[in-house]
Amino acid sequence: MQRIGVFVCHCGSNIAATVDVAKVAEMALMEPGVVHAEDYQYMCSEAGQAKIADAIHEKKLSGIVVCSCSPRMHEATFRKAAERAGLNPYMVEIANIREHCSWIHKDMEEATKKAVILMRAAVAKVNLNTPLKPGESRVTKRALIIGGGIAGIQTALDIADAGYEVDIVEKTPSIGGRMSQLDKTFPTLDCSACILTPKMVEASAHEKINIYTYSEVEKVSGFVGDFTVDIRKKARSVDMDKCTGCGVCQEKCPSKKAPSEFNRGLNTRSAIYTPFAQAIPNVPVIDREACIKFKTGKCGICSKVCQAGAIDYEQKDEIITEKYGAIVVATGFDTINLDKYDEYAYSQSKDVITSLELERVMNAAGPTHGHLERLSDGKAPKEMVFIQCVGSRCSDDRGKPYCSKICCMYTAKHAMLIRDKYPDVNVTVFYIDVRTPGKNFDEFYRRAVEQYGVNYIKGQVGKVIPQPNGKLLVQGSDLLDNKQILKEADMVVLATAIEPNPDVRKIATMLTASIDTNNFLTEAHAKLRPVESPTAGIFLSGVCQGPKDIPETVAQAGAAAVKAIGLLAKDKLMTNPCTAHSDELLCNGCSTCENVCPYGAITYEDKEVNDHGIREVRRLAVVNSALCQGCGACTVACPSGAMDLQGFSNRQIIAEVDAICR
Amino acid sequence: MQELINRAKELLENGTVARVLGWKAGDLPYNPEPAYFESAESLKDFVYNGFCGANLSKYMIEASKLEGKTLVCLKPCDTYSFNQLIKEHRVDREKAYIIGVGCKGKLDIEKIRNQGVKGIESIQGAEITDAADELKIQTIYGEKTVAYADAMLERCHVCKGKEHKIFDEEIGESKETKDGERFDEVSRIEKMSPAEKFAFFQKELSKCIRCNACRNVCPACSCRKCVFDSNKFDSSQKANVDSFEEKMFHIIRAFHVAGRCTDCGECSRVCPQGIPLHLFNRKFIKDIDELYGEYQAGDDTDSKAPLTNYTFEDAEPSIVGKRG
Amino acid sequence: MSIEKKEFKPKIVAFCCNWCSYAGADLAGSSRLSYPADVKIIRVPCSCRVNPMFILRAFEKGADGVIMCGCHPGDCHYSTGNYYARRRMTLLFSMLDYIGVENGRTRVEWVSAAEGVKFSDTMNSFVEKIYSLGENVRLGDLRCRS
Repeated sequence: MQRIGVFVCHCGSNIAATVDVAKVAEMALMEPGVVHAEDYQYMCSEAGQAKIADAIHEKKLSGIVVCSCSPRMHEATFRKAAERAGLNPYMVEIANIREHCSWIHKDMEEATKKAVILMRAAVAKVNLNTPLKPGESRVTKRALIIGGGIAGIQTALDIADAGYEVDIVEKTPSIGGRMSQLDKTFPTLDCSACILTPKMVEASAHEKINIYTYSEVEKVSGFVGDFTVDIRKKARSVDMDKCTGCGVCQEKCPSKKAPSEFNRGLNTRSAIYTPFAQAIPNVPVIDREACIKFKTGKCGICSKVCQAGAIDYEQKDEIITEKYGAIVVATGFDTINLDKYDEYAYSQSKDVITSLELERVMNAAGPTHGHLERLSDGKAPKEMVFIQCVGSRCSDDRGKPYCSKICCMYTAKHAMLIRDKYPDVNVTVFYIDVRTPGKNFDEFYRRAVEQYGVNYIKGQVGKVIPQPNGKLLVQGSDLLDNKQILKEADMVVLATAIEPNPDVRKIATMLTASIDTNNFLTEAHAKLRPVESPTAGIFLSGVCQGPKDIPETVAQAGAAAVKAIGLLAKDKLMTNPCTAHSDELLCNGCSTCENVCPYGAITYEDKEVNDHGIREVRRLAVVNSALCQGCGACTVACPSGAMDLQGFSNRQIIAEVDAICR
Repeated sequence: MQELINRAKELLENGTVARVLGWKAGDLPYNPEPAYFESAESLKDFVYNGFCGANLSKYMIEASKLEGKTLVCLKPCDTYSFNQLIKEHRVDREKAYIIGVGCKGKLDIEKIRNQGVKGIESIQGAEITDAADELKIQTIYGEKTVAYADAMLERCHVCKGKEHKIFDEEIGESKETKDGERFDEVSRIEKMSPAEKFAFFQKELSKCIRCNACRNVCPACSCRKCVFDSNKFDSSQKANVDSFEEKMFHIIRAFHVAGRCTDCGECSRVCPQGIPLHLFNRKFIKDIDELYGEYQAGDDTDSKAPLTNYTFEDAEPSIVGKRG
Repeated sequence: MSIEKKEFKPKIVAFCCNWCSYAGADLAGSSRLSYPADVKIIRVPCSCRVNPMFILRAFEKGADGVIMCGCHPGDCHYSTGNYYARRRMTLLFSMLDYIGVENGRTRVEWVSAAEGVKFSDTMNSFVEKIYSLGENVRLGDLRCRS
């Protein structure tokens, strides 16, 4: 029989205002095995933990139930407290009477009744708890960064500077990401490339950093400290070691009609290409879909002009397998597809563009060499209209419910830059709200309005109608003056919502990292663990976790690096002892459990058993507890009930069911 | 039958097999029982007729542990069970010499009795080689005749086919007996109202005396120790009307064999209370076929079982309510 | 009749996986999104840990409804657990329906850690359904031996 102590937390008034905590403690004393019960203001405080330790000593407790907040919050705290007092930490169970009770119920009697039942279930479970001992697993001192944008680069640099090996896997032919596509950055108007390029160079030159561009993560197995990852290095058709980056192949390539991804399809590129001048590595790839040699077998000009003999049409995709201790996701974002927003005439007129396209238009390396001009006829615009929140803060399923966060600021930036360079161009911005909560942000926006005379109109645009004269008729409303506005514009720029990189879902599935309804990766705790995924060993860097601007991204990238470094600095990790184990006398050796184990943790051995006097060799399931992650799939698949899960055993769960239904 | 006995003798004498697993006559003309024969002489007691319904594949779990090979007589439907047991590593293929025996449908004595035939002394026409469509039954009240088809077990009317899925050699002709649809009865119940369904099953299950015959005969219920006999689930209080296991026994048993049950029908055949237990198993089979694609347990020895398999697009559990 | 209905307080067991749904329930709590106190949550590591026997046990012990929540398909912390759980529960619920236990008493809902609102909405609608079905007498009385 256990000797159980029950500790009921008031959590200030968080619990005590709705649950009669003294009553819960009083009722606990009537439960089997309970020899001690008390309530206290804050069980998680030092004084509260001391009460637990004292009771363990004085009452010789063998098990503990803490009725408090979610185990996801303080289970670890109370387990450590119990361990310090000499009790096995796995003899502690939490009854969640805050998140699952006091916070959602108003009626005190009802909430108290429920709290008592939750306490009973926890007591019933502890009665069947057994001391568990964690195992150990080793840590591979190498980190994988998925995504080579500014977030991935910064995380890689920080981890590498701490002395650990880092691999960056980037899908496109070059690192740099979205930031490389931007012209200037707010609120300082730095040239984006000027501040990014040195980082890219630093990363590529760093002896601890290894960059796989034009590569994708194909498969991930293992667990924190010991991931095994297959990386597909797509065939570049160019030998990285031989290529000198002279660029002659790109010049001579006769196929120049492929839309340039880097310039958002606003112009074209050759079939053999580097995405942009500062690309790292400065080694082109052949786009096999566009290449004449690959399509018809004829051509081969690039191979002929390449002095270094680097062109290799026979190159194949290569899969490399690497081990990592930590993985950082830095997959970034894209702008949403505008098919559902046809009222803005994006598909009908070349002069309706997204803000990211405007970045390319404004950039000296862009399709217009940095001249602001209409993409339809190359004429200089006189009237420009910016439409905010296209697909952001959207209540229907056309767009996204969230604020994309960066649009207000980059629109102010665009407006200011245009007014600065082209003072004769009128700029009008239609907005719902202008959101500028950042250092020097509001000052920046006010400069756009006050010094640069940008015309801000609070109101939505209903429709953009291309006119026969090539102009765009913008129908909007001014909510402050309560009037309809009809405006003829030469160009319309849409502040298009951003969304996580479409590949992130696939990657999250491989990593078993959770993802929210908007495809942003979920953090372990919204406030307290914002750069960690709930899946141990997976960290989040940049916009994959939520919309961010560059300084926030860099800050978070550093934070993710610190968390990864904290993991890599350890030689060994304690493993979760809540693993499956098989009862030798009950096991049929039928292989059903093996078939559902996602970790390959179950194998079969021929073992001699003594089954009540019958000695025989049997085929038995054996669980490798270093591989087992404790999901429990095998326990249900097992027809004889031989397979059970420590910490969540059949009898423990049934005891909880019985206590709740009593 | 003689051909079978002769062949068995030969294999025993030339040392290919150490024993023969077949049937011997019981104390009544209609209750032959599974038996081992270890010598050529003992084979004089060997019988194989329409009443040899017992599926011998489960016996091979123990026989696999014995020295030497065991000759086992398997009817077409029994071979599914044998395959399934191979898949689950419960029998050793190398320890079995399988003679696939012909089948023209197995007989149900209850069906004969239900036609008013009482005081049975002997039955002709049940021999497997007999081409007769009628059974001639000598009773203390005189001779009666019953059409063979009218005396067949339910399972034979929905026979899976007369092909042996696994064998070393085949002996004896088979005759097609299927004249009904396997899922008709399940569909009929599915169409009932919840109250009618409940009344139907409550009536049937209330007859259960928990003799465990269904479990003991079932080739899928081959656990060394059944969950109902261990304390792993707090379910080991036998014969207690109010206990968990008593009420849920048949549902849990059906779930444990779901995706593994070959629908051999032995559970219903042996139930002394005549509960149509196969209706549970067949419901799972029907659902599996409809939701996850046709699957016949025991068709092979290496396919993935439906409950250890999945697709991303699998139906959601809410489909149960939507199907109506 | 109406008085009886008011007195009916259903017992509802909710199995929630540790990684998504239990966290979703926590989020519902910290967002103060209420649902009836009739729901009691049991934490399991993964929806695939839920043995059909637990659900039958709950019904046999007097539960009026049992709901299981897990990560959305494709998002399982253990990659594949909820896929197995989905098949198991589909078959179990179908069997319960087959023997005449009202289908509304069982439910599976996928709730992510970010879906506090969905968790609360799900519990509210499930409890409402159980109130409309009333007390569960059938599974407790499946083998009446009077």
